[in-house]
Amino acid sequence: MAKITVKVNGKVYSHEVEPRLLLAHYLREVLSLTGTHIGCDTSSCGSCTIHLDGQSVKSCSMLAVQADGCEITTIEGLAPSGSELHPLQEGFKECHGLQCGFCTTGMIMSAADFLQSNPDPSEEQIRHALEGNFCRCTGYHNIVKSVQWAAQKMKEDKAVTA
Amino acid sequence: MSNKYIGQSVRRTEDKRYITGKGRYTDDIKLVGMTHASFVRSPYAHARVISIDLSAAQNMPGVVAIFTGDDIKATGIVGVPTGWQVNFKNGDTMKEPPHPLLIATGSTSKHIGDPVAVVIAETYAAAVDASEAVEVEWEELDAVTDPFKAAQEGAALVHADAPGNLAFDWELGNPLSEVDEAIAQSAHVTSLEFVNQRMIPNAIEPRAYIGHYEEHIDKYTLYTSTQNPHLIRLLMCAFVLGLPEHKVRVLGPDVGGGFGSKIFHYTEEALVTWASKQINRPIKWTETRSEAFMLDAHGRDHVTKAEMGFDADGNVQALRIKTYANLGAYLSTFAPAVPTYLHGTLLQGLYTTPKIHIDLCGMFTHTVAVDAYRGAGRPEATYLLERLMDLAALEMGKDPVQLRKQNFIPAFNGVSEPGYQTQVALQYDSGNYQGVLDRGVEMLGYENFRQMQREAAQNGKLLGVGFSTYVEACGIAPSAVVGALGARAGLYESAQVRVQPTGKVSVYSGSHSHGQGHETTFAQVVADKLGIPMEDVDIIHGDSDAVAFGMGTYGSRSLAVGGSAIVKSIEKVLEKGAKIAAHKLECAEGDLEYAEGKWTVKGTDQSVSFGDVALTAYVPHVYPQGLEPGLDFSSFYDPANFTYPFGCHIAVVEVDTETGKVTLKRFIAVDDVGNVVNPMIVDGQIHGGLAQGIGQALLEGAIYDENGQLINGSYMDYAMPRADDLPMFELDRQETPCPHNPLGVKGAGEAGCIGSTPAVVNAVIDALWSGGHPVKDIRMPLTPERVWRAMQS
Repeated sequence: MAKITVKVNGKVYSHEVEPRLLLAHYLREVLSLTGTHIGCDTSSCGSCTIHLDGQSVKSCSMLAVQADGCEITTIEGLAPSGSELHPLQEGFKECHGLQCGFCTTGMIMSAADFLQSNPDPSEEQIRHALEGNFCRCTGYHNIVKSVQWAAQKMKEDKAVTA
Repeated sequence: MSNKYIGQSVRRTEDKRYITGKGRYTDDIKLVGMTHASFVRSPYAHARVISIDLSAAQNMPGVVAIFTGDDIKATGIVGVPTGWQVNFKNGDTMKEPPHPLLIATGSTSKHIGDPVAVVIAETYAAAVDASEAVEVEWEELDAVTDPFKAAQEGAALVHADAPGNLAFDWELGNPLSEVDEAIAQSAHVTSLEFVNQRMIPNAIEPRAYIGHYEEHIDKYTLYTSTQNPHLIRLLMCAFVLGLPEHKVRVLGPDVGGGFGSKIFHYTEEALVTWASKQINRPIKWTETRSEAFMLDAHGRDHVTKAEMGFDADGNVQALRIKTYANLGAYLSTFAPAVPTYLHGTLLQGLYTTPKIHIDLCGMFTHTVAVDAYRGAGRPEATYLLERLMDLAALEMGKDPVQLRKQNFIPAFNGVSEPGYQTQVALQYDSGNYQGVLDRGVEMLGYENFRQMQREAAQNGKLLGVGFSTYVEACGIAPSAVVGALGARAGLYESAQVRVQPTGKVSVYSGSHSHGQGHETTFAQVVADKLGIPMEDVDIIHGDSDAVAFGMGTYGSRSLAVGGSAIVKSIEKVLEKGAKIAAHKLECAEGDLEYAEGKWTVKGTDQSVSFGDVALTAYVPHVYPQGLEPGLDFSSFYDPANFTYPFGCHIAVVEVDTETGKVTLKRFIAVDDVGNVVNPMIVDGQIHGGLAQGIGQALLEGAIYDENGQLINGSYMDYAMPRADDLPMFELDRQETPCPHNPLGVKGAGEAGCIGSTPAVVNAVIDALWSGGHPVKDIRMPLTPERVWRAMQS
């Protein structure tokens, strides 16, 4: 067993974990943050995407011990403080960017990281950015629209605060 | 009554929990004392179990129990059954060999991943460790995976009591001799031999089950990622474990997509339920993606020879089909019905073809079960018809749009005009096929397309357009009809509308939502029919203890059948409510009208609200004599017919002549799914179906090697469409109401998947012809290599 300390959604946790425990399982099983989903065993589907020190990461592709000392954001902690929802969460609801909801949390986490580095993306750039996340329900059409909606909202929000 | 919600793109009420990570899928559920299961599975498609040695595994840390096929055999549990019976042409019953929960010593595995033992341990990791320590001695045997090869003499045998690997042979349509004669007399015959390849459904949530037996109340609870909790309870209790149904609760919590694959009763569901009683603790099993690839029932897998005969003017004279349909090793829940009653019955298509015959062999192979996958039989029928139509146009030098138009069944509304009786058993309820084709052609800008295509070819680029016009049968289904066709259950739906004393409404539906948005769509219907705010309506589903009964969600049936059951219950609520209102207003019931949530005495301003009447029903102090208190009604709705959505799909592709790479430039879909309650949700259903249909055409397909190993059983190897594989879709709609259900709705879940595949393949074939490569077929998926090779031949 190995001891790790992580900050998840603003809260610090310390646990003794098996060295082989995946970060995705740590979040789900130990912290009960079940919004991070597991859809495959080859780090291909993207359902388990979280932010590790501000970057999107597939949490099934790293061990919990590798996250020692890191700051993690999961879907449960994505909404900015004081807001109920992140603009992407709003966008997915507004544009029907989800159906069964299983890929949605990872999709939103990937898109959130992407919009940080590219706040004004083209359709092609959005599709390219999300190619690491599978959705079987939507055909991606409304996911692209959701991300476009969120990008616009974030731009407007920024203009208001500026 | 005017509609406030029906017809509006109301944003989904269920979304909040999903976008915030609060959805509750089966694997998210933890029970006190819960154990974890891992299965020991066959590494061979066909092998005999010589011996099983548990000694090492039993001593591994955390192991609670291990059960083998021998343990199951000793209980007398035979296995999971199928829900449909198809008879041989000669009237004999189909072959239905048992599908055991675990393989016993001396028996044989029949597909990769067939389980021999289950290890139950304190943690998932401990279960996996111990399952790897189980020693099984196998004797590997020859296997067959292709349905056509399985029918040949000398093929490895899947079941000793199914000679020739034949589960059944089956035919439908006009007498073969008449069809043979019509084909022989045709001026032109277009023929095509092709494979409709095997698809792997790939819902993103892997299957997950928790079995929980509680001794102190003698009750079982099964949490399952299913599309139909009551159907699972019925099959498992009555036909597998022999449990009393009232002592079994089946819950289908949030379910992460199904596409057919979560309809079926799987062995693991029964096993965790049974084993939970043996160890008196809850057991969770969640499959890995590798297991999902191997074990979730696959779709399609037909080997077909199709011939369509035309007269000199291009009028279709006859259609003759011979198909070998792969059923896999065991008959899954709907499996016998898919290639027969959901496929053969659709071969009329939208055309007036006077003579049709299909001859089909349902084949056992050493592969996992093949069953309903989005569209289930109708995509196979549409693929066949629409490929023939576009190919015939190319061969005869005719325009594919004109060829369709001249052969279309004329428009009929099914109300003042009768339905259309096909040659293959079904009677279409309504249709206006030219309407959707005309609209699709208009959206395409077809008049300019051929010019663009010629110019592109001169510049070394190949452009192609492919058409597909389809009709399907969904909203399944009239119980008497499916009973006559071999269904072992009815296909009605139930709904209970419980008006609470304060006028809030709880609706209990036997339909199950796993992405379809029932909590929104059904609430829109209820709110409008009762004239109350949507916020006052709650939709409850997925719990066999809460909902009286249900047949579940598949076959695009939820709104057409489940929604109609809700409407029936609402009618009963309003009928009783009127009695209470008349008593309160001291008038005759006939003097009342109901609108906007209140009963009003016609021509006056005297009225009583829905909430008032609800309260009175539960506090019946001043109340009609002889009337029971309460306002709570259940209904079962059994549809009068299938519903028949139809549409026109058009693909535009560009083919790279150097590499064979196909780029989908445009995809146009004009669908008629009847009346629409929530356009946003219906469009979303179409989008998802299109992606799966296009995926079949260009990217996806299961590949077994000759030994029965699934060689592309992971996301690294199986090409599912990603965001950058697809364009934005161009949709439009025509609304021809269904004439026989109260909402006039048909169903939209599968249409996108049914129409799209042949449109894409037709477009690629069209592109190749325009470049001087007159090929008839390219095997799906149309990978760059296959397209490139087709251009070299």
